[in-house]
Amino acid sequence: MLELININKTVGGEVYAKDVNLCFKSGTLNILLGPTRSGKTSLMRLMAGLDKPDSGELRFDGNAVTGLRVQKRNVAMVYQQFINYPSLNVFDNIASPLRVAKVPRVDIDRRVKEAAALLKISPYLERHPSELSGGQQQRLALARALVKNAELVLLDEPLANLDYKLREELRDELPEYFRAQGAVLIYATTEPTEALLLGGETAVLHEGSIVQFGATGSVFRLPDNLTTARAFSDPPLNTAEVHISNGMLHHNGNNVTLDSAAAALQDGQYTIGVRPYHLRLNRNGPNDMELSGEVLVNEITGSESFIHFNISGRNWVSLIHEIKNISPRAIISCFIDPNDFYYFYPNGDIALTPQSSEQVN
Amino acid sequence: MRANPTSKGIRASNVPWRYIVPALYILFLMVPLYWLLNMSFKTNQEILSTFSLWPQQFTLENYLLILSDPSWYNGYINSTIYVVLNTVISLAVALPAAYAFSRYRFLGDKHLFFWLLTNRMAPPAVFVLPFFQLYSAFGLIDTHIAVALAHCLFNVPLAVWILEGSMSGIPREIDETAYIDGYSFPQFFFKLFAPLIGSGIGIAAFFCFMFSWVELLIARTLTVTEAKPIAAVMTRTVSASGVDWGVLTAAGALTIIPGAVVIYFVRNHIAKGFALGRV
Repeated sequence: MLELININKTVGGEVYAKDVNLCFKSGTLNILLGPTRSGKTSLMRLMAGLDKPDSGELRFDGNAVTGLRVQKRNVAMVYQQFINYPSLNVFDNIASPLRVAKVPRVDIDRRVKEAAALLKISPYLERHPSELSGGQQQRLALARALVKNAELVLLDEPLANLDYKLREELRDELPEYFRAQGAVLIYATTEPTEALLLGGETAVLHEGSIVQFGATGSVFRLPDNLTTARAFSDPPLNTAEVHISNGMLHHNGNNVTLDSAAAALQDGQYTIGVRPYHLRLNRNGPNDMELSGEVLVNEITGSESFIHFNISGRNWVSLIHEIKNISPRAIISCFIDPNDFYYFYPNGDIALTPQSSEQVN
Repeated sequence: MRANPTSKGIRASNVPWRYIVPALYILFLMVPLYWLLNMSFKTNQEILSTFSLWPQQFTLENYLLILSDPSWYNGYINSTIYVVLNTVISLAVALPAAYAFSRYRFLGDKHLFFWLLTNRMAPPAVFVLPFFQLYSAFGLIDTHIAVALAHCLFNVPLAVWILEGSMSGIPREIDETAYIDGYSFPQFFFKLFAPLIGSGIGIAAFFCFMFSWVELLIARTLTVTEAKPIAAVMTRTVSASGVDWGVLTAAGALTIIPGAVVIYFVRNHIAKGFALGRV
């Protein structure tokens, strides 16, 4: 079990970690989710012992390890870039943590071969890293992390530089390898979709702070605040400032009658958040809010359309599960069921979660 | 079918030119060297009396004299000793310095790095007098270590510059991965890092060797007899019977050999080393 207690780290006026309190259990998969520069890598470096926190404490299984040198910790780390020792061949690369730890030669041989077999790089043991493909290089880095049997495994966007097929393949396999070892597995990613596919627990980071930590699915469905909802939405969350008074929602001349829970919200200013897939191009219910705007871009994938449009100065995006041939500069209307709104107070805290999200739990 | 006249024209007129220019260039470069070798196999009498493109009376006397007379061959031994010493010291100092410059940010690091290079901009003559006084004060005059240390003045900055470039080409994450794997700093540096910057080390050693080998002013000032370098010996060949041209050119030819040997060893790394070493 790894505990981070009030960890702070500032470098040159830039906040890398701010009052971080986290607790990761052994044998679990934990995801650090946040955009680039949100502090994921910094936090991992602190956990690995490569950097020292300015204040705060790190505990492993109850023992303080804050000042312990990285060499003394049983940690493994895999980077986004494929980091291997270029001068050693694949076998020696995998064997290197064991050699340093003075593991008997017979054991090294066996463990290296096991790890190589698991990560499907057995045929290349004699090759040098530069003679491997990108996917194989990352598998090699993972094998080196795996063979060490570390108690804490840090994977810093390990699949970001791989092509999508390899990514999907490894994403399914990876957690299994390390979970079997009973390690605390920490996985940093910028992609909400990847976090949801991996499952486990997710900590959402924003400018060095943990904004929410919990089971991945529930963090996604029940964000505590606007920052989490924004970070955990791909394509981006649509937001608008609205005013609620007497059970009516007012937005830019739109007046919508609220029912059920939303009607009970106190009068005042709110920010609403709408998931892109809750925007529809036709009216589904009498209470639907209608928003019109000019189409900026329409991205069409194989089976979906991402329609970006401008609603009173804000960029909104709608995810439609069919191919829509709408050209830029057309004016379109979108319809949203107010029951799909997330309501946030002006300070960003959640005021009301859509019922549809609550029910999944 | 007729051959395309245009392409034929290009071939006819361009191909010779493509070779002529470099051929002429190499010819001009090689002529003085050839003349040096040519003279070194002649007798003094032939050098002074006739103009011949190759030795009329081929002789190895000049070389035999150098290889048998201690006042000559000791010059080579002395030069070799302080050059090797200097290369070792320069690298031993420059490796940690370059690692610091490449891996850590500290107050004034960029200024310090540039200041190192400015040491190369001052002519060695500027340093000769202070060096002479200081080395005399410490009783180091006429020792190999004196010259080796003095040459660090311009070799350490150069080595730091080259090594920093080649170290910065290696991602930091390799260092960190090694520490995470459990390597201590010395283990990491010598087992994993040194092979990666091998070309850089080779090139830095090569330049240290060459600059120390060809440097004359400081080496001559700091030595008397015991550590007198070959270049200094060569400047003192005017005897009662005039200049001993044959021996002098033979010494010159022998002086080129160490450089040629060193270049042979680093020939595969030199392009890589230059690119990484931003020289």
